[in-house]
Amino acid sequence: MALFDVSGFKSYAELRGQILPAGRTHLVDRTNHYNFGTKTQEFSVPVGVDPSGFLKSCSSEDGVSIDLNHGTTTLAFKFRHGVIVAVDSRASAGRYLASNDVNKVIEINPYLLGTMSGSAADCQYWERLLAKECRLYRLRNNHRISVAAASKLLSNMMLGYRGMGLSVGSMICGWDKQGPGLYYVDDNGTRLSGRMFSTGCGNSYAYGVVDSGYREDMTVEEAYDLGRRGIAHATHRDAYSGGVVNMYHMQEDGWIKVCKEDVSELIHRYRKGMF
Amino acid sequence: MEYLIGIQGPDFVLVAADNVAASSIIQMKHDYDKMFKLSEKILLLCVGEAGDTVQFAEYIQKNVQLYKMRNGYELSPSAAANFTRKNLADYLRSRTPYHVNLLLAGYDDTDGPGLFYMDYLSSLAKAPFAAHGYGAFLTLSILDRYYRPDLTRDEAVDLLKKCAEELNKRFILNLPSFTVRLIDKEGIRDLEKITLGTK
Repeated sequence: MALFDVSGFKSYAELRGQILPAGRTHLVDRTNHYNFGTKTQEFSVPVGVDPSGFLKSCSSEDGVSIDLNHGTTTLAFKFRHGVIVAVDSRASAGRYLASNDVNKVIEINPYLLGTMSGSAADCQYWERLLAKECRLYRLRNNHRISVAAASKLLSNMMLGYRGMGLSVGSMICGWDKQGPGLYYVDDNGTRLSGRMFSTGCGNSYAYGVVDSGYREDMTVEEAYDLGRRGIAHATHRDAYSGGVVNMYHMQEDGWIKVCKEDVSELIHRYRKGMF
Repeated sequence: MEYLIGIQGPDFVLVAADNVAASSIIQMKHDYDKMFKLSEKILLLCVGEAGDTVQFAEYIQKNVQLYKMRNGYELSPSAAANFTRKNLADYLRSRTPYHVNLLLAGYDDTDGPGLFYMDYLSSLAKAPFAAHGYGAFLTLSILDRYYRPDLTRDEAVDLLKKCAEELNKRFILNLPSFTVRLIDKEGIRDLEKITLGTK
């Protein structure tokens, strides 16, 4: 029509073709059989950006590197008197040390804690979203969400963005009707329930110390010492972990923050047995 | 890394899976159960990419249960296997294919026992015995050598133990224990776990 041509109006389809890359225009997954009546889920992804491709390009060695290093050690273990959660506090961006004083534990509610390792932004965002969902659950159902359900919510969020470059390694710890609960959740949707987990690039060092010193009938003080040692020894060997040990104890009536101790002081204290 | 095995007898199916949940070089769990109960007489054993396994297996599990709720009777093992394969095939050329390898074992009251082998490319084969994982390279020949269609339950368990011993002897990775289950006309039964010390 004449008016169309004169006004320079571009149809939506034309504009879309200019913004989105050719070929992949519809970001909705659909299988070709009946969907049992559920609305097809769509997830928001920035227009015109391929997240995993973008991240790959930033990880090259030349120029600015946004290397998403898993620069952390976090650990958690169950024992007779609850769950101990201990994390380090270092944030690294490639070879640069961004901060030595980051809080890697998110206090979801007085009965739920989440730890963070991997990409700081991803962990902070998704665990805060989990906190919102847990609060909504409590308001809708009039009872607190179980640890199993909270961890399932987080792992389903991770599965929704499968293959798009999220980097999250988290432990959800809490105390619910079934007693103390500990779940490991990560960005490829793995969700494991267990007695002890450690995440981050220092995890192997933490496993070594905690596995050899663990007893189910430890006293509370012994458990605190084991948690501190796990993080301290891991930060000693792993360059990307360090700062302070933030330790929490999950008890039947909620969590308490136990301590915040500098790892270099801890290592000096343990020095006699080490060298 | 992960290992699944199934052996079909004249009126039963014996299945076993290792118990390790690993992440790179770390064993995160030593008592992980890789079997999913689809119905009273059907088990789905699932290994593969982290996250995909549980998500896909639970999706199939819930859909099989939904079928029973809607229609009043259960899917047969053959129907469940074909349903699973169809789902794998549909997702194969989508943006998010599921990288999972499966064994489906079941007992049908009319057709008897059945063992179905499926892989991540959505191939499906009904077989008298099958295995998944690197361990299969070591144990399929043992099954070829000693399998007979008229195995008794005890002989099948012995054959399974032979395979586990071979893995313990020659497989470079440590698989200390295996969950073992038996399906027959009575349903699914847990048998004693196979645990092997280092040799």
